[in-house]
Amino acid sequence: MSEFRVARLERTVPMLTRFMRINGVLVVLLCIAAMTGVMVLYSIADGSWTPRAAQHGVRFAVSLLVMLGLAVFDIRWWMSLAYPAYIVTLLLLVGVELVGVKVMGAQRWLDVGPIRIQPAEIMKLTLVLALARYYHGLAIDRATSLRHIALPALMIGVPVLLILRQPDLGTAMLVGATGAAIVFLAGLSWRIIIIGAIAGVVGGITFLIFGLHDYQRARIETFLNPESDPLGAGYHILQSKIALGSGGLAGKGFLGGTQSHLNFLPEKQTDFVFTALGEEFGFIGTLSVLALYVLILFTGMMIAGRSRHSFGRLAAAGVCVTFSLYVLVNISMVMGLIPVVGVPLPLISYGGTVMLAVMIGFALVMNVHIFRDAELPSGRGFFL
Amino acid sequence: MARRDDDANSVFTRRALVLSGAGLLGFGALTARLYKLQILESDRYRGLSDENQFNYQLLAPSRGRILDRDGVPLAQNADNFRLLLEPEQVPDLDDLLERLAKITPLPDDTRARIKKAVKRRSKSSTVVLVENLDWAEFAAANLHLPELPGVRPEVSELRVYPDGVSMAHVLGYVGRVPEELQTDEPLLRHPGFRIGRTGAEKALDKTLRGSAGALKVEVSALGRVVRELPDPATVAKSGADVVLTLDQRIQNFAAKRLEGMSAAVCAIDIETGAVPVLLSTPGFDPNLFARGISGPDYKALLDDEFKPLFNKALGGTYPPASCFKPVVALAALQHGVTDSHQRIRCTGKIKLGDREFHCWKRRGHGPVNLLGAIGTSCDIYFYEMARRLGIDRLRDAAREFGFGENFNLGLGGGSSGLVPDQAWKRARFGTSWSQGETLIAGIGQGYLAATPIQLAVMTARLASGRKVVPHLIKGQEAPEFEDVSYSLAALGAARAGMIAVCEAPWGTAHRMGGLGLDDLKMAGKTGTGQVRRITKVERDDRVRKNKELPWALRDHALFVSYAPADAPRYAVSVVVEHGGGGSVVAAPPARDILRELLKDDPAVIERLVVSGTPKTGSAT
Repeated sequence: MSEFRVARLERTVPMLTRFMRINGVLVVLLCIAAMTGVMVLYSIADGSWTPRAAQHGVRFAVSLLVMLGLAVFDIRWWMSLAYPAYIVTLLLLVGVELVGVKVMGAQRWLDVGPIRIQPAEIMKLTLVLALARYYHGLAIDRATSLRHIALPALMIGVPVLLILRQPDLGTAMLVGATGAAIVFLAGLSWRIIIIGAIAGVVGGITFLIFGLHDYQRARIETFLNPESDPLGAGYHILQSKIALGSGGLAGKGFLGGTQSHLNFLPEKQTDFVFTALGEEFGFIGTLSVLALYVLILFTGMMIAGRSRHSFGRLAAAGVCVTFSLYVLVNISMVMGLIPVVGVPLPLISYGGTVMLAVMIGFALVMNVHIFRDAELPSGRGFFL
Repeated sequence: MARRDDDANSVFTRRALVLSGAGLLGFGALTARLYKLQILESDRYRGLSDENQFNYQLLAPSRGRILDRDGVPLAQNADNFRLLLEPEQVPDLDDLLERLAKITPLPDDTRARIKKAVKRRSKSSTVVLVENLDWAEFAAANLHLPELPGVRPEVSELRVYPDGVSMAHVLGYVGRVPEELQTDEPLLRHPGFRIGRTGAEKALDKTLRGSAGALKVEVSALGRVVRELPDPATVAKSGADVVLTLDQRIQNFAAKRLEGMSAAVCAIDIETGAVPVLLSTPGFDPNLFARGISGPDYKALLDDEFKPLFNKALGGTYPPASCFKPVVALAALQHGVTDSHQRIRCTGKIKLGDREFHCWKRRGHGPVNLLGAIGTSCDIYFYEMARRLGIDRLRDAAREFGFGENFNLGLGGGSSGLVPDQAWKRARFGTSWSQGETLIAGIGQGYLAATPIQLAVMTARLASGRKVVPHLIKGQEAPEFEDVSYSLAALGAARAGMIAVCEAPWGTAHRMGGLGLDDLKMAGKTGTGQVRRITKVERDDRVRKNKELPWALRDHALFVSYAPADAPRYAVSVVVEHGGGGSVVAAPPARDILRELLKDDPAVIERLVVSGTPKTGSAT
């Protein structure tokens, strides 16, 4: 393969070149996704820019600038920050445990001055960075060994447990799955994977039986039989399915969704935004959105594949895995395929933290794209 | 370095493909699921969505009015200004009630009711705050609406009975639909709907009710109406107006005239059978019921000794007493057991076996013929006539004149009274009929029982010689009245007796001074219905006067009458429960009511004008 690589590994990339290398396709796709969100939020508000549609657009614009700004930083800077950032996030998670703010029965937020942050959201990114950094410095043969499983397992396990305690089952599983995906991509031997999978299934079942909170158990029970209690806890799923189903092929038209406009949909601006979209734009609309996400992921994975260093490959792929999990989990959830776990639809759901987190993730992907041919140090130290 | 990196790269590429494949599988599954939901099952979900979106609101129809014979509304609808509350929009109920109390008084029990209702109902259902506000309060509430979050002003319909008490028994009242009447018909379940519970409101409910309309409305998930989608095909149809034969003015006059008494009045238009006056006193205010009567108020009505809730005119049964005597006389003539000249000597008592039967006049009337016997109401004469006739012929005569028949005028309820005979007594008591009982029946006492409306019917039939059937509701007139099966001569003699009661100087009702309409004459018959047995001991000493007795043991005062005597137009019966003597207590109000009725009669007016007398006022 190296015969086809014309370019030599680069020690540095000039600033202008960095800007030139920005992947326009990715930017355009992200913009389309965000504008879809603006459009749906505009419709949900009965054709009004306030209170959310305009805000969503502004947040995206700001996030896009942040993303492009971060994308042109030297990739070594990203690398060197991987461990510190991970440790800081871990401390924030511990902070949530100790002094977090309770909202709706769950302790997920941390007040930092005027803003309130959700460390679990940040962990999705910093874990990807830290794992990519870890495997970057590890020989492929060693990545498969059991001995070098311990540290990544700890890196994944500790935040997952902390998030579970908040309790936020959805995010915990997302973080865990992302970490597992990176370990898999890094080349963990199949034998260990199978053993791990078995252990995971056993552990998972044990947890489902003994470790669930009442509200989580209720969610799973209603998931299994939503129609049994149409006005109770199964209400969300049922109304969501009604919204999607009644959209039909072409939908009820822009601003024409009765389920969403008449408030039958729960959390329609955030977690259930996909149903509002499905109601107004039908199967054509939902399929288009799925296609858009697939395109974004394809672009992201292509960028990962093009990277000539492990850090870039794993980091970009990790971001894609997180992103795809968001999408898959959210859409499965609103269609009643899995229990309601509170995962937003990236770029379309209303929500600042998630928007920023997702865009910082894509900043990393973009950074990998810009520095695809960079010559990276093996990075055995804490910073580099 | 490069070698190692390439190894890692190829591992990554392979694994990335595996992972991407899994991801694509996931997206494929989502697509399949979306296809199932949005394409295959779309129709089902669209139906569910429409169910969510639209609701049909029942539009209660406007209730038909009840009018008197001249079109004066007796029952109509008024605006009910009320305030409703949407509990979900209220941040602080106590604060809201405090503000509201500045606009309209809110007694503690009202507050308690509101709080209870808000607590009990689900957040999304409406609670009635206050009803029947006056215009000033309603206007004030509307003005202060911005400070009253969750309060919604509404104008609904309230049943109003302008005359109140005087029409209570005839009209009845409307109220909430009781549990046992609730059917699947949605209108009956509508919270604002009122159904006729008694009287004409109940009897004519189907006509008055109209039919409900439906309003298609778009509702939010909380059930709040977002938009109304009116459809002219589904508007509510108002109920039809109903016309009664009642005369509003004279009914009120009668109510005023009999105020304070426990009494019943019935008037019948002898020509048509129409009932212009049908009164039972004391009454109750049907408006209280229409608005929802309070527990203590209702209990007071139930506990009242005078039974204000009971329609005595149709359901009260009393011994017809001496009012029955003209019928007995008529039967005696018809069957030839006497003639109009034959005299019977009244010594004050008559012996039958070892029992003595007394005349109301202790010293006796001396020899009396039929005319004198009716005019002076001699008991001895009618004991003798009854003895000669026997109970079967008395029974037949009583039946012919309306006794034993329930004239409830289509209002439901009512009583048929009692016309006893041998078969009845055997069935009822298992003992045989005694002749003494025949004698007692001859003076309208004993088992014989009649309602005030039956007494009026009897009078109308005596006056006209036709079997007048009364009606109260326009459109329910009986066809042509057939003639009674008694000879004109006999009828004439009975009528002459009744005229003598009022017009002869020795008549029992002469003292009140006649009709008072120029030279128009009236006919009548007094009655004093005994409700207690007078013992031998008491009779030998002195029969106690009514004033000396407790109310419930006093005699019923009765009077039946018709006028003008020469061209009978109206028959009026008055029964005053435990009122004492018929001639003193019952006759004057009956006479006054007759006069009021005749003053409005065109034929009578013509006669008065011809004779040069202007319309006179009330009793002189």
